[in-house]
Amino acid sequence: MTEYLAVLIFIFAGIGIVLFTFLLSRLLRPINPYHEKNINYECAENPIGTSWVKFNNRFYIFALIFVIFDVEVVFLFPWAVVFGQLGLYALVEMVIFIGILFFGIFYAWRKGALKWV
Amino acid sequence: MVEIIIAAGIKVIFVLAAVLTGCAYATYMERKVVGHLQHRIGPSYAGPYGLLQPIADAVKLMFKEDIVPDKVERATFALAPLVSFIPALLTFAVVPFGKDNTVFGYDVKMVLSDLNIGILFVFAITSLGVYGIVLAGWSSGSKYSLMGGIRSSAQMISYEVSYGLSIIGVLLIANTLSLRELVEQQASDSIWFFSNWFIFKQPLGCLLYVTCAIAETNRLPFDLPEAESELVAGYHTEYSSMRFAMFFIGEYANMIAVSAVGATLFCGGWQGPFVNEIPFIGIFWLALKVFVFMFVYIWLRGTLPRFRYDQLMNFGWKVLLPLALLNTMVTGLFVVMGWF
Amino acid sequence: MNLDTLIFIISAVVAVFGGTMMIAQRNPVLSVMYLILSLVAQAVLYVQLGALFLGAILIIVYSGAILVLFLFVIMLLNLRGTEDLGHGSQPISRFTKFVLSILFVFELIAVVKTGFIRSESPIGMMTTVAEDFGSVKAVATLLFTKYVYPFELAGILLLAAIVGAVVMTRDSQRGDSLRIGSAPDSQAPDIEQETGGEQ
Repeated sequence: MTEYLAVLIFIFAGIGIVLFTFLLSRLLRPINPYHEKNINYECAENPIGTSWVKFNNRFYIFALIFVIFDVEVVFLFPWAVVFGQLGLYALVEMVIFIGILFFGIFYAWRKGALKWV
Repeated sequence: MVEIIIAAGIKVIFVLAAVLTGCAYATYMERKVVGHLQHRIGPSYAGPYGLLQPIADAVKLMFKEDIVPDKVERATFALAPLVSFIPALLTFAVVPFGKDNTVFGYDVKMVLSDLNIGILFVFAITSLGVYGIVLAGWSSGSKYSLMGGIRSSAQMISYEVSYGLSIIGVLLIANTLSLRELVEQQASDSIWFFSNWFIFKQPLGCLLYVTCAIAETNRLPFDLPEAESELVAGYHTEYSSMRFAMFFIGEYANMIAVSAVGATLFCGGWQGPFVNEIPFIGIFWLALKVFVFMFVYIWLRGTLPRFRYDQLMNFGWKVLLPLALLNTMVTGLFVVMGWF
Repeated sequence: MNLDTLIFIISAVVAVFGGTMMIAQRNPVLSVMYLILSLVAQAVLYVQLGALFLGAILIIVYSGAILVLFLFVIMLLNLRGTEDLGHGSQPISRFTKFVLSILFVFELIAVVKTGFIRSESPIGMMTTVAEDFGSVKAVATLLFTKYVYPFELAGILLLAAIVGAVVMTRDSQRGDSLRIGSAPDSQAPDIEQETGGEQ
């Protein structure tokens, strides 16, 4: 458990260092905002419209497929740990599992969901 | 109890100092190496050979005005640099940097925290790295930032799967998730001290790891989110002063982190000649290996042109992912057959 | 109070705080951030119980993958928390909700107090279970021997999810993908109100 305690201390030390540098910089730097300076950058022009742009929904499909494969990778970690004990049995199990998922990615591929336009 | 906290605190300070110095000099190294690759000499005014350049940069960024545009969403805008910096830092908590030693009568483990799920921890932290960029892109109120942020996040999640899969091959051989045990399994007493490195059993795995690591850290040739020619600076277009510096340090900390994990997984970590005779030499070997990884990074940056976005996504899903799956299965077969 | 209890209390408070703030937030992106905070605190709780693998999964799958998907949806729909959510509910309805939630809190306290968790059981560390309970190796051994059928079925479930994702995001006529959240012009006033109304 002490090992995890060290991680917690590390997190707080990291946050502390970031906040400290921010504070230090706040004390040192000039503060002089005015309207023209605070306009968002858009090639030295006044920004046109909102900052939102239309997105291709492929981003969403890729995120969905990513979630699925992330779950698969999470299963592979414990599999690798017991692989030495279970041997061929574990290999066959995982080949079936990955085969099923590979069929899925093959399907997405054939349907053009993985094609980026 | 107090003793344990103090010991952990000392190690935390040591690791933090090492990482932050490493980041500072990684920027120097990058500018120097890329300079020489392009027949320039790189920074050379501040100090001998420009060695004080990182300090000059830090001081300059400290004194710069912090411009927060009117259209940003302040809460998330302020949060983003922190969220992108902390995960980059956290990886170093589990990387072992030497053989266990006795200092002043205390047994000191040369790792901040020896988790027995070390690699899972690294993978978990990597998966959190995407948020800093998404937040920055979303809250900046700028078209360039938003496009850079969403491109970058899609890129990072696409390569994260292959990143995880490229590690599995090593784990199949080692059957452990602890980085400390992984390093110990790569030890060798013979004159060929590198004979047990996993890179020789997992050449494809190592190649996949390096490729995905470059994409995960948004470096050239995968630096689409920051493609200067189209997106200005991507997600950190609107950031200035120390907030910008945090993104910058975070990026370099990430590079060093994936290099250190790569060195630990594939090149024996702190293992090297004389580790049993001379205490603390493990730190030097690890630093040397990280340096080599970093050099490859910078070398690639100086050599390769940037991918197009469709090429990038196709490469990730249609080349790297099937290759990584294949590598896992073939490694499994080899282990079952007893060829490793 | 020992350190273990202290960490337990802090993580529990942070987890509940994150969950509450997640619901109370108007800004959806901040809401996601609070959910991540809550999940990380929950992961700490799992680690304290010795369920290392579960803690790691919570971070990798939930914080690292599913919430990225949430963020993508928020971005595609351009939800900034400024949408008009309509008028609040009637006073009588508000009163009923208030009373019901207070009753629910009392019920929770009653359940916790009366024997569901024995008062002498230690907070934080589990001491009564096997040594390697919840470790990656223990979980993996069970998963790949005893529970191998559910595991393979999970594969088929994931396959169904891929197929569903591909089918749902395609337009059957054009064979091309639909554009979620697309609007005639970049101002997109209609879509903002539409999505706001759905909440």
